[in-house]
Amino acid sequence: MSREQKAVERARKAFLTGRSKALEYRITQLKNLLRFVKERQKEIAEGLKKDLKRSEFGTPLYETLGLESEINLAVRNLKEWAAPRPVSKSMMTISDQVYIQPEPLGVVLVIGAWNYPWAVTIGPLLGAIAAGNAAVIKPSEVSSHTSKVMEDLLPLYLDKEMYPVVTGGVTETQELLKQRFDHIFYTGNGTVGKIIMEAAAKHLTPTTLELGGKSPCYIDKNCDLAVACRRIAWGKYSNCGQTCIAPDYILCDPSMQDRVIEEIKKNIKDFYSEDPKKCMDYGRIINQRHFKRLMALLEGSTIAVGGENDESECYIAPTVLRDVKPDAKVMQEEIFGPLLPVLTVSGADEAIKFINQREKPLALYIFSSDSKLIKHMIAETSSGGVLANDCLMHFSVSSLPFGGVGNSGMGRYHGKYGFDHLSHLRSCLIKQLKMEGMNNMRYPPHTADKLGWARFFILKHVDFGSLGRMALLLGLLVVLVAVIVQRNYTD
Amino acid sequence: MESQKQVLERLRGAFRSGVTRPAQFRLTQLQAMMKLFEDNETQILEAMHKDLAKPKFEAVLSEIDIVVNDLCYTISNLQTWMQHSYVGTNLATKLDDCFVRREPLGVVLIIGAWNYPLQLILSPLIGAIAAGNCAILKPSEISQATEKLIAELIPKYLSQECYAVICGGAEETKTLLENRFDHIFYTGSQSVARCILQAAAVHLTPVTLELGGKCPCLIYGRLDMKAAAKRLVWAKFFNAGQSCVAPDYVLCTAETREMLLPFIKEALESFYGSEPQQSPDMGRIVTDRHWKRLVELLKKSEGKVVIGGESVRENKYMAPTVVVDVKESDALMQEEIFGPILPILTIKSLDEGINFVNEREKPLALYAFSDESQVVTTVLERTSSGGFCSNDGIAHMTLPGLPFGGVGASGMGNYHGRWTFETFSHKRGCMLRGWGLERVNVLRYPPYTESNLSWLRWATTAKKKGWWAGCSVM
Repeated sequence: MSREQKAVERARKAFLTGRSKALEYRITQLKNLLRFVKERQKEIAEGLKKDLKRSEFGTPLYETLGLESEINLAVRNLKEWAAPRPVSKSMMTISDQVYIQPEPLGVVLVIGAWNYPWAVTIGPLLGAIAAGNAAVIKPSEVSSHTSKVMEDLLPLYLDKEMYPVVTGGVTETQELLKQRFDHIFYTGNGTVGKIIMEAAAKHLTPTTLELGGKSPCYIDKNCDLAVACRRIAWGKYSNCGQTCIAPDYILCDPSMQDRVIEEIKKNIKDFYSEDPKKCMDYGRIINQRHFKRLMALLEGSTIAVGGENDESECYIAPTVLRDVKPDAKVMQEEIFGPLLPVLTVSGADEAIKFINQREKPLALYIFSSDSKLIKHMIAETSSGGVLANDCLMHFSVSSLPFGGVGNSGMGRYHGKYGFDHLSHLRSCLIKQLKMEGMNNMRYPPHTADKLGWARFFILKHVDFGSLGRMALLLGLLVVLVAVIVQRNYTD
Repeated sequence: MESQKQVLERLRGAFRSGVTRPAQFRLTQLQAMMKLFEDNETQILEAMHKDLAKPKFEAVLSEIDIVVNDLCYTISNLQTWMQHSYVGTNLATKLDDCFVRREPLGVVLIIGAWNYPLQLILSPLIGAIAAGNCAILKPSEISQATEKLIAELIPKYLSQECYAVICGGAEETKTLLENRFDHIFYTGSQSVARCILQAAAVHLTPVTLELGGKCPCLIYGRLDMKAAAKRLVWAKFFNAGQSCVAPDYVLCTAETREMLLPFIKEALESFYGSEPQQSPDMGRIVTDRHWKRLVELLKKSEGKVVIGGESVRENKYMAPTVVVDVKESDALMQEEIFGPILPILTIKSLDEGINFVNEREKPLALYAFSDESQVVTTVLERTSSGGFCSNDGIAHMTLPGLPFGGVGASGMGNYHGRWTFETFSHKRGCMLRGWGLERVNVLRYPPYTESNLSWLRWATTAKKKGWWAGCSVM
């Protein structure tokens, strides 16, 4: 039996003991996870520094603050989320219990990515734990130092039978995918996403795929350009552009291009100093392969800002490209790096057309002071999520579902969505064997009479609101009549 | 005649034009579907009769009324469902508009089944239309009369630009699946479902699979045998057992079985008379092939036939049959029966019954009959299934408030009522910020500092108990 098979079997065995069903158990595991995140900041930060040259403050800012928040949310709300959810009844089921019971699925496979290895690996994991599942955690081998931290330290805090960490590369992942899971949660790219869905098909396993795409960023003439460019620069160059929801490219009017470029240049300097290479707060490209990929994307485009690079350090300066054409190399794939192409369009409608000719992105950014225009753009396009007048922030609102559509993915998580998505919502109808007489209308031999009754009772949906109001009115009327009648008698 | 690709392109063009987006368009289409049912009740009943010898009563309830009810429910609630749902925010995002939009996916494919040939294709269509999609319907080629009727009526009542029917068998379906859809909704078998998932993976298409499996029925403890028998018999032999949520087999003790059998016999007699073949209320098996499969199953079975067992090939009739002393290895326990054969397996304890169920694939429905609420609760808590119903069969799937769908091998995704609408929608998270509060944003920009981090931490963590959202700066 392979190492991967063993880990999955152990997790299944642990799940079948039933211990993850109890809310106390789940809360304990979640609290342990929180403790881990808080107590091991140093190890987490060190791993991230080695993997991505993430700055000291980048760790809490971009990875662990969000996790802490989500864990606390889950702990606080778990009782409510896991409780039976009553639904409306029919006439025939008036005296029955009708509700939806959230239940664990079983063993969930969480495959993480390397760009925010903690956020996108532990994020789904905590949803899986909250929902009462066992989970096999497969961190990305590309962020190898972080992967090691997870492998070494997570088992010290979490139930290591229930939540094993399985590290490895393509071979080990393929071996994992041969096993049967009750849900596979994958964050990464579309090519691998298809392979995962195909592997899942063999076992009829549902999948959540958090993929990516080219997230467009439209800047309208009518907007606070200085603030817009600051927010865009922050959204683009954080983590060196290696963010699934980074603004991939800008669409703006030709008359704005120069100013946009100037403002972004200014902000790059404010954030990362004159020499970003020396700045602690500026990261690196994850590895040589991606470095080379990004450098190749520059071909054929005009560099307006940046362009400096150093292969030995996997360093690429915050870069802006101007007058980029739709058929340019940099527009053929998700950039996932610190290159910001600017394409010109004349107005929102042309921007909408441009966006709609392409695959649905994970995020759409609209910068405008005109709320009508914003609403129009939202209505005329489709994307995983939308954020107007800022970048990235919608990821952090736990009450918003985070996920893609079309090529950018399927399924969603964060907050209660993560819990629901990794649960089975089981429909429950609890009836008694009493009142059997009522059922006679549905039994053969069938008659027209019985059919009439059945049509009325069995399927009719009842609006208890209006019925209740009617009943109350009727009741009041009866009381009134009784009072009047009594009065007549006593008179 | 249009090719599949041409149909798809036409629908995609219609979707892109935005015609399906306004609520009014969707309501008009749904009302047209209502009219389809109002105008064609006779033809529908005829088709049901041709395909499955479906008794009028069953056809009315399970093919017409259930869909019409869903239509009414959807029409009255559509405007509400379409509204944005505003969500809670935290201190840092208090001035922002955060809401979830339900948006159409695009062009969806709905593949129907033959056992409830109208319900299983039109019920998903209601939600697809309500959610603003265009749709291609691929009715089952096995229920031929209904297939023909659907192909005739849909273009007559619904917008031909936005909804199309494509007929055909396995080959045509395979070709159809090579195209790209924005969602595929399939009702049918596990083996075909695997092929559908594989085809969907090529285009990263999300899928809803309504499959089946063997739905166990545990009968245990103290109970009203007569009532239980009636409900069990009704649920089992409805549509001649050809329901994905029919109780497939019974698990009970020997004592319970001995007490139950006479009541089952009594119920069968009272429903179908002493000659069920003569009863207009007993359905037929859908095709000769399926009939043969069931006859073979019964032949191979090593159990004892205590009721029924007769079958007549000419009219694809099989008598309501009960088989006892069925073992785990029996032929009847190797596949979903999907016919009027009820195996009864003997258990010695509730634990044994529950373990038996749990050793098998998660079923679409699980039934527990008992007057002891502890028994029902125990079964519910220690098992998993798409849906659960105590002291009755099938009933849970008639309630539009309950999501109807499987788990594990019995399927993924769900529908009915609002759930169908949600299945065919994309929940798009939207956040609209203003230009203000840039001073707060300063905290997140480089150069990063310790004090900025602390302020951010404070501003973005929900403090009050019961606040909905916590937040980070990513």
